[in-house]
Amino acid sequence: MQDITLWFQDLLAGNLIFTPQTLGYYWEGLVTTTQLVFLSLVIGLVMAVPLAIGRSSGRRWISLPIYAYTYVFRGTPLLIQLYIIYYGVVFFDGIQETFLWPMLREAFYPALIAFTLNTAAYTTEIFRGAIKATAKGEIEAARAYGMSQGLMMRRIILPSAFRRALPAYGNEVIFMLHASAIASVVTLMDLTGAARFVYARFYAPFEAFLFVAAIYLCLTFAILYLFRWLEKRLLAHLKPA
Amino acid sequence: MLDLHGYGPRLLEGAGVTIQLAVLSLALAIVLGLLTASAKMSRSWLLHRVATLYTTLIRGVPDLVLMMLLFFGGQMALNLVTDALYDRFGVDWYVNLNAFAAGVLTIGFIFGAYMGETFRGAFMAVDHGQIEAGKAYGMSPWLVFRRIRFPLMMRHALPGLSNNWMVLLKTTALVSVIGLSDMVRIAAEASRATHEPFTFLIPVALIYLLIASVSEWVFLRLQKRYSVGFGGH
Amino acid sequence: MKKLLTVSLLGLAMAAGTAQARDYDHVRIGVDVPYEPMEYRTPEGELTGFDIDLGNALCAEIGVTCEWIEQEWDGIIPGLMSRNYDAIMSSMTINDERRQTVLFSDPYFTPPSAWFAPTESELSEATRETLEGLTIGVQRGTLQDNYVTDMFGDVASVSRYSTADDMVLDMQAERLDIVFLDYPVGKATLLDSERRDYQVVGEMITEPKEYFGDGFGIAFRQRDEALAERFNEALATLKADGTYDEIHERYFGEE
Repeated sequence: MQDITLWFQDLLAGNLIFTPQTLGYYWEGLVTTTQLVFLSLVIGLVMAVPLAIGRSSGRRWISLPIYAYTYVFRGTPLLIQLYIIYYGVVFFDGIQETFLWPMLREAFYPALIAFTLNTAAYTTEIFRGAIKATAKGEIEAARAYGMSQGLMMRRIILPSAFRRALPAYGNEVIFMLHASAIASVVTLMDLTGAARFVYARFYAPFEAFLFVAAIYLCLTFAILYLFRWLEKRLLAHLKPA
Repeated sequence: MLDLHGYGPRLLEGAGVTIQLAVLSLALAIVLGLLTASAKMSRSWLLHRVATLYTTLIRGVPDLVLMMLLFFGGQMALNLVTDALYDRFGVDWYVNLNAFAAGVLTIGFIFGAYMGETFRGAFMAVDHGQIEAGKAYGMSPWLVFRRIRFPLMMRHALPGLSNNWMVLLKTTALVSVIGLSDMVRIAAEASRATHEPFTFLIPVALIYLLIASVSEWVFLRLQKRYSVGFGGH
Repeated sequence: MKKLLTVSLLGLAMAAGTAQARDYDHVRIGVDVPYEPMEYRTPEGELTGFDIDLGNALCAEIGVTCEWIEQEWDGIIPGLMSRNYDAIMSSMTINDERRQTVLFSDPYFTPPSAWFAPTESELSEATRETLEGLTIGVQRGTLQDNYVTDMFGDVASVSRYSTADDMVLDMQAERLDIVFLDYPVGKATLLDSERRDYQVVGEMITEPKEYFGDGFGIAFRQRDEALAERFNEALATLKADGTYDEIHERYFGEE
């Protein structure tokens, strides 16, 4: 361990850009990016399940508003959504006096809200597609069994829809990781924010951005392999024997 | 209505910049995508490797980071060359990489990788018998490409192409971060100056929705056109 | 192909002779907008401000035409080096770190930096103790950023903004407790604002010199000594004939 520390110090010695201070910024950036992406994905996923069921409903007064929501959030840039939420919350009169303000004051929570709403919209459409693709036979079999609508949803449609949605959802996770890079425009020191700081301070675009690109690349591959592994486990029964 | 505290005309100009940027980037991305797809399907080991490296790297890194790397770093790399030229030679030659050109190059370069995947899948989906038939007719390879492979491929590529275009359109908003005066940047600037973010950001969001809806309609028409003779689509 | 071209061009460049100065009759100046009152746009899009007016007057005095090119602060020095423009006149403080990269004119304006906070805040001075746990706003990559990061980065949280306007907006939204800015900019955007009352906290800050340098200068590429000299002479002339004072008064009033 000591060897590694020494080797590391040697590596950093004489390096003007990658000092312990700037590496600290990159580390904090990694933590912020991970928190932001992970939380927004989890909350977005939880929101997307009921939304997707509603979106597949035959009742238009349920499905239409959900469609409008996904259409708007998928049809406009995330950057605009982030600006509207970050600058917009301030314009609710007296928001500064409410219990919400200590959270909304930080850039983290407005960014989290924007990212969550965005990923929930995409995930809803992914699930809807998967629900729609449920084999007719499965539904008929469930009906013949006398299952209620709710039971059928829970036992038959959703489990198979989740599996079918997995590859598309994997792409969505990677998409969110990459999209989170814009958090730095509202002062968050995420990975990209750290790189911008290093660039502005040392005028060193290659070092600053190549380093951060390499980190993103590693994260992307980690997600990719995680989903491949999941697909192998969960979709094994669909493979031709 | 379009005055918007005096920012209306500039906002429209910005919308023009966004559309130009998106269309030019798309054109570049299609060219790069066709090249990448051909390289990936070629028998040359090297071409295949280069194309795979390109698509893997580009799709593993956020657009914004690539944009900053290419925009700021590209400028620095160019300056090494032109400075050396000037110092040693007195040749005052420089490439003026303005924000617009950098935006087109970067977005085109990024989406070339995505298009490459789309086109590769589409080329592979083309029924080989049709190409054989063309060859048997004595068509030249170029004619086979133009009359048979390309139109047949387009039918398979259109859904992916349409999807890429929608993502590309939204990606153009990022150029505002590197300093190009597209409509997002002007809207952000106006929001700050007037302290009325909704007045400017919501119209911009609506313009994006409008462009997306029009594109959707155009792609549906194209899809119909390229599906002529396949029935049922 | 492109690489081959670059390599052969570089090879040619290495083999060639000495540098040669260039005579300018058209000068392109890089500027980061907005930074009110130094450089900003009217809603119609017209560029104005102290730097802009002074720059235009200098160009007229020298007898060259000027063109202003907008560039984000982050990339303003790289842009000069890559000849997107020939000079930077954008409230850039002369300091040793930048001197290694660019050549500066004589200082044309020497404003201090200052801390600004809402009047109702209880801050009366800015020290490591009083700022502990607060959120400080700065513009990314400015000397104020460097100073705050090094002096207070470990006790306070630092929010970095691309433009001064962004920062002011967040100050008004009460997202920031205090900001650190060039004094004239803080005066124009905060003290003169009607939305909320602000005050300067503590003394104006001009020391230590390694951060705060020697006032604003026009930056050129190192080899353009002749051009810098022409600007220096013109600056002296404008100061002598009263033009400088007139422009100064237009933006800062009488002091």
